[in-house]
Amino acid sequence: MIKINIKDRNGNNHEIDADTDYTLMEVLRDKGFDIEASCGGCCACATCHVYLCDNWLSKIKPIDDDEEAMLDQAFNVKKNSRLSCQIELSDELDGLNIEIAQE
Amino acid sequence: MIEKTDVVIVGAGPVGLFAVFELGLLNINSHLIDNLDKVGGQCAELYPEKPIYDIPARSVVTGQELTDELLKQISPFKPKFHLNQQVESIKKIENGWLIETNIGKVIESKCIVIAAGAGSFVPRKLPIDNINDLENNNVFYSIRNKSKFDNKKILIAGGGDSALDWTNELSKNAEVTLIHRRKEFKAAPDSVSKMFELEKQGKINFLKGQIKNINKSSDMDEVIVSYDEDGITKDIKVNYILPFFGLKMELGPIANWGLNLNENLIKVDTEKFETSVSSIFAIGDINSYPGKLKLILSGFHEAALMAQECFKYCYPDKKNIFRYTTSSKELQKKLGV
Repeated sequence: MIKINIKDRNGNNHEIDADTDYTLMEVLRDKGFDIEASCGGCCACATCHVYLCDNWLSKIKPIDDDEEAMLDQAFNVKKNSRLSCQIELSDELDGLNIEIAQE
Repeated sequence: MIEKTDVVIVGAGPVGLFAVFELGLLNINSHLIDNLDKVGGQCAELYPEKPIYDIPARSVVTGQELTDELLKQISPFKPKFHLNQQVESIKKIENGWLIETNIGKVIESKCIVIAAGAGSFVPRKLPIDNINDLENNNVFYSIRNKSKFDNKKILIAGGGDSALDWTNELSKNAEVTLIHRRKEFKAAPDSVSKMFELEKQGKINFLKGQIKNINKSSDMDEVIVSYDEDGITKDIKVNYILPFFGLKMELGPIANWGLNLNENLIKVDTEKFETSVSSIFAIGDINSYPGKLKLILSGFHEAALMAQECFKYCYPDKKNIFRYTTSSKELQKKLGV
């Protein structure tokens, strides 16, 4: 179990407990956050777009070409943009800090 | 002209396709309507090449293979497809429904089966406040008549095939600028190299950036587009903007049909998969009931049970005796085997 800090689309902050071995998208959806994830997590849409805050971007597995290409369909893409379906939660990500991007 | 059939299936994804099979075995004809230009729904549009591992008896199958196999399986029943259109309205008539699409096609049927997944695929709109006012004036998500753009200043946004193909095509007669957030493109390598060639020849402009705002210009025909290039906001004046950011799914007009909904899903019973309105059914990802799992295999099960109930609407005087395709000569005749 790890803790994740989430800023939702309305700017509210939440701290949640999350099981590892799921993707970040799966956990966000399960906890009822407003995230569409329309392809179900196979990196075929860009509707689970999040920003990684603080230094977390450097601590997770780097983005691959597929994910980078899918981000082309997202708006307001920043240097710390990722698709949450491609982030696998592990103990190393305890304290992860993210913001859900606007649709 | 009004076409007639027994059942109209809204959505030609895997579950809508399999519904044709289950209905067909019971002598019920169907037409399918889909907003995409192809059948297969999400399987064909979002992940044609991606593997699916949880279809019974298929250890692995891609979205496109599943679609192709389903088409083959239902071909004996000769379903009619109405693609590139979405159902706009439905009207109750005696013993059935009149279904009208957004391009004016009207179909009469005894039942309606909604197999619309997460909704219709529609272009993903730019997330700016005044986008609805600009749409179809300065902003277009699809191109019906390209001569409209002749000798105009066009801004095309995106990095996929649509963006690149239209950049290359419209550059023949228009002043085209392509804007994309990076210098790499997802589009086919041929179109990408053609675009860079056109840029080198000065026939198009390329901007690395993302659109932030669109404002009306004092010149009525033009709009001012603000875009972000590596943290710096810049402006460009154009006549038209063509954003190509792929498709998203929306429930669309189904929300106005008077069905009981639960967070954009249609409530059904688990015996017949009928909605709160009799003779309208909902199967697959679009429906909601206790314990629902959004799996293709659940949708197949729902299609089979739905068909049993549709039979009562289509053949009110007949009794339906349950049979297997393995043993029934009558069913095998229908399948042409």
